[in-house]
Amino acid sequence: MKAAVVVFPASNCDRDAATALEFVTGKKTQMLWHGDTDVPADLDLIVLPGGFSYGDYLRCGAMAARSPIMQTVVERAKAGTPILGICNGWQILAECGLLPGGFLRNAGLKFVNRPVAIRVEDSQSIFTNRYEAGEEISIPVANGEGNFFADDATLDRLEGEGRVAVRYLDNPNGSIRNIAGVFNETKTIMGMMPHPERHVDDIAFNQTGRRFFESLAGAVG
Amino acid sequence: MTATTSEITPEIVAQHGLSPDEYAKILQLLNRAPNLTELGIFSVMWSEHCSYKSTRVWLKTLPTTGPCVIHGPGENAGVIDIGDGDACIFKMESHNHPSFIEPYQGAATGVGGIMRDVFTMGARPVAMLNALRFGQPDHPKTKHLVSGVVAGIGGYGNCMGVPTVAGEVNFDPSYNGNILVNAMCVGLARQDKIFLSAASGIGNPVVYVGSKTGRDGIHGATMASAEFDDDSEEKRPTVQVGDPFVEKLLLEACLELMASDAIVAIQDMGAAGLTSSSAEMASKGDAGLELDLDAVPQREENMTAYEMLLSESQERMLMILKPGREPEAKKIFDKWGLDFAIIGRVTDTKRMVVKHKGEVMADLPVSALADEEAPRYTRPWVATPKKPVLEAADCPAPEDYSATLLQMLGSADLASRRWIWEQYDSTVMNDTAQGPGGDAAVVRVHGTKKALAVTADCTPRYVFADPIEGGKQAVAETWRNITAVGGTPLAYTDNMNFGNPQKPEIMGQFVGAVQGLSEAGIALGYPVVSGNCSLYNETNGQGILPTPAIGGVGLLKDITKTASIGLKRWGDQVILIGETKGWLGQSIYARDIHGLTGNAPPPVDLAAEKRNGDFVRARIESGALDTVHDLADGGLIIALAEMIMASNPADDVGSQIDLPEGIADPHAFLFGEDQGRYLVACPEDVSLQLLADAKAAGVPALRLGPAGGRHYRIGDMVWLDIPEMRAANAAFFPNLMAAPLN
Repeated sequence: MKAAVVVFPASNCDRDAATALEFVTGKKTQMLWHGDTDVPADLDLIVLPGGFSYGDYLRCGAMAARSPIMQTVVERAKAGTPILGICNGWQILAECGLLPGGFLRNAGLKFVNRPVAIRVEDSQSIFTNRYEAGEEISIPVANGEGNFFADDATLDRLEGEGRVAVRYLDNPNGSIRNIAGVFNETKTIMGMMPHPERHVDDIAFNQTGRRFFESLAGAVG
Repeated sequence: MTATTSEITPEIVAQHGLSPDEYAKILQLLNRAPNLTELGIFSVMWSEHCSYKSTRVWLKTLPTTGPCVIHGPGENAGVIDIGDGDACIFKMESHNHPSFIEPYQGAATGVGGIMRDVFTMGARPVAMLNALRFGQPDHPKTKHLVSGVVAGIGGYGNCMGVPTVAGEVNFDPSYNGNILVNAMCVGLARQDKIFLSAASGIGNPVVYVGSKTGRDGIHGATMASAEFDDDSEEKRPTVQVGDPFVEKLLLEACLELMASDAIVAIQDMGAAGLTSSSAEMASKGDAGLELDLDAVPQREENMTAYEMLLSESQERMLMILKPGREPEAKKIFDKWGLDFAIIGRVTDTKRMVVKHKGEVMADLPVSALADEEAPRYTRPWVATPKKPVLEAADCPAPEDYSATLLQMLGSADLASRRWIWEQYDSTVMNDTAQGPGGDAAVVRVHGTKKALAVTADCTPRYVFADPIEGGKQAVAETWRNITAVGGTPLAYTDNMNFGNPQKPEIMGQFVGAVQGLSEAGIALGYPVVSGNCSLYNETNGQGILPTPAIGGVGLLKDITKTASIGLKRWGDQVILIGETKGWLGQSIYARDIHGLTGNAPPPVDLAAEKRNGDFVRARIESGALDTVHDLADGGLIIALAEMIMASNPADDVGSQIDLPEGIADPHAFLFGEDQGRYLVACPEDVSLQLLADAKAAGVPALRLGPAGGRHYRIGDMVWLDIPEMRAANAAFFPNLMAAPLN
């Protein structure tokens, strides 16, 4: 799998995502710069990492969604290249319209970092095929505006089409219907709020997040 | 002099925080009267904050050398050798006064400032810690201050993507009008890529990078060197405003440039901004600097030289580049969207010359501003009188041990800090092996098997009662914290928070604490490599408890050989290491349950401390021990409760212990805060070997009983269910913060 991670100004989980990918695939991860528009043609996966792109100013992810690199990322996404957005990366995907819904401040009005229990709702996707459907795992959230929100019609459609990827068992931020991650219509794009890249080796607690990357490596080569 | 000819009156001198004697010295040094801009420069450079004028003579007595020390105090941060060509760079610094006035920005910029101190030396910050002191929980301002400070620390540190991994919080009425916010940053660099601040190379360009300069924070350093009164909140305009987004870009841009060899010297603009950074660079390099303020990137219009020189706008750096390297450096800062301006040159005049709009606004000998000529005082001091020992008979046993234990678990100083630490990102960077809630945090050195053990600690009530023993204890406790996770303690940073040094009894506290720090550092082979003093922590003449906060750093050679506090297995034996006399003076039990506060704190036997700690650490390193907790506030009964509460909630591990025979005063045994002690838990066979080894090594070790069961039992005195303990421990902060504003 040839994977790349986009670096926006004040991305701060870019190294973590790259390290996790390298840990799983054994291959060097490419870093893409927000100001560029050229993206290598042979990428199997593009990751939008967590962090505070553009300082979260204006609205989380809003400015990153309009950066030069995203024009190309959106084109590739529409052409079927798998895209994984984690935390701020999901917010950016929502701001570009690649994924539905938006984000509010956490219900508790505070940033929260702790491991949370989530349930993998779909085990057929390229992102989740190494998990059992309904498997419960614990990985950390770290967000201040991770409170996912969408209108009822959108939510019903997401549920009906099996596009809720992961769901909180212990909702840390007030996300509607406990949604912790969603897919696009073709399940080639996934956004999730918890950080699987922080749980890939035993030193940092456990390896419960590792199989997201292994799923991708297995599915896309 | 052509500029600013207005006369300097005694009132203007006083407004600048300078004494008449100090002004007389300025006249003598210059052989003329300074202009207003020059007076402003002197006022910040000679402030307590920048000059350490009251403390320097004492700080020089601290142990600052050792096999691991690469750079001790005097640089932006301390640098130690952690093997394999790696260096650890760290420092703790206060932002007390700004945080009281505007808690969010005060705390946030405290975090930003200490991070710059570390990355200006070439290190990538990898861990943040903080030591916080607030007033009594029910004081009308406390809730607002806790909320703002915690949000500010999180707001800045989280955006930077540096995990906040450990800290400590105390409450005491003495901080009602003067909270303490001490932030510590720990970074990693290669030993051959460490950057210092001495300006050199006549003609080399002086380059300004980072945020633009505005009018914020003018005279922050002077404010931080004065007492507060009821009108202190009117000083809000002197508090700086932070922008962690720019700091993150500045960090990445600086590290990118540092990968080349273009930089001669670099210094962050912290307290006293451009003035202090340029004067310090010139002073350290024994050089002169000529600055042109017209070239300084400015956020506001019509700023005067005075304002630009004294602004404490955040996220700015000053560097000296090698000649001809400006274009490649500029390209990097352009890429990160940051200002880059050549604002001057290094000269051989040993003078700091500042021009603005074609006029010379200041022309001062560098030696007058920094080390050589800045005032230095040996303030009068009186030793703190020794206090009587509290006998167990004078501090009654609780009528109901279980109820007392529950009450203490839910008290301000012992309750769970989870409400705070969950607002900090403690796991970003993916190297946090142990985060908040243990004895020390364990952070992997990225890409290696090594790890740093880091902790911050101080017990101010001990220091108040006996500055020497309290100073020893603060250092010893951090040493013990590091040991308890299997780390070898290497060095510490000190953040000396005290009241008004012009009062002999306050100065006596400082002198005593330094003596204690020094004795402990020497005995434990644990030098101090960086630090910061914050004096005048008084409001309306009421001083804080003397608080020498200590930040310790240690090394684990193999991250898999570590220990944590949570009990792990039913059937493990719980063993107490270290001698227990039952010292109740200054214990939390004596203070919170009986209101007894006038006694001597526990003495620190440094030889025993070292012997016991080395014994425990060797057994963690060999893999024999994975469950260790050092004993501190609340004594044995609290430490074991914490080990039980930290067991995996999915599979609770309680403990059933009985007091050894011949204990005359069970309450003193259980609540006493004797130093140099640990609780360890290990399987039966390991415990037999451990007890035999301890006997041979002359280390006191007592088997207390097994881990296991779903409750906490001590003899027939204590019986508590674990969920009940956890609930009591968890409730304090949410209840405090949810309470209506009073």
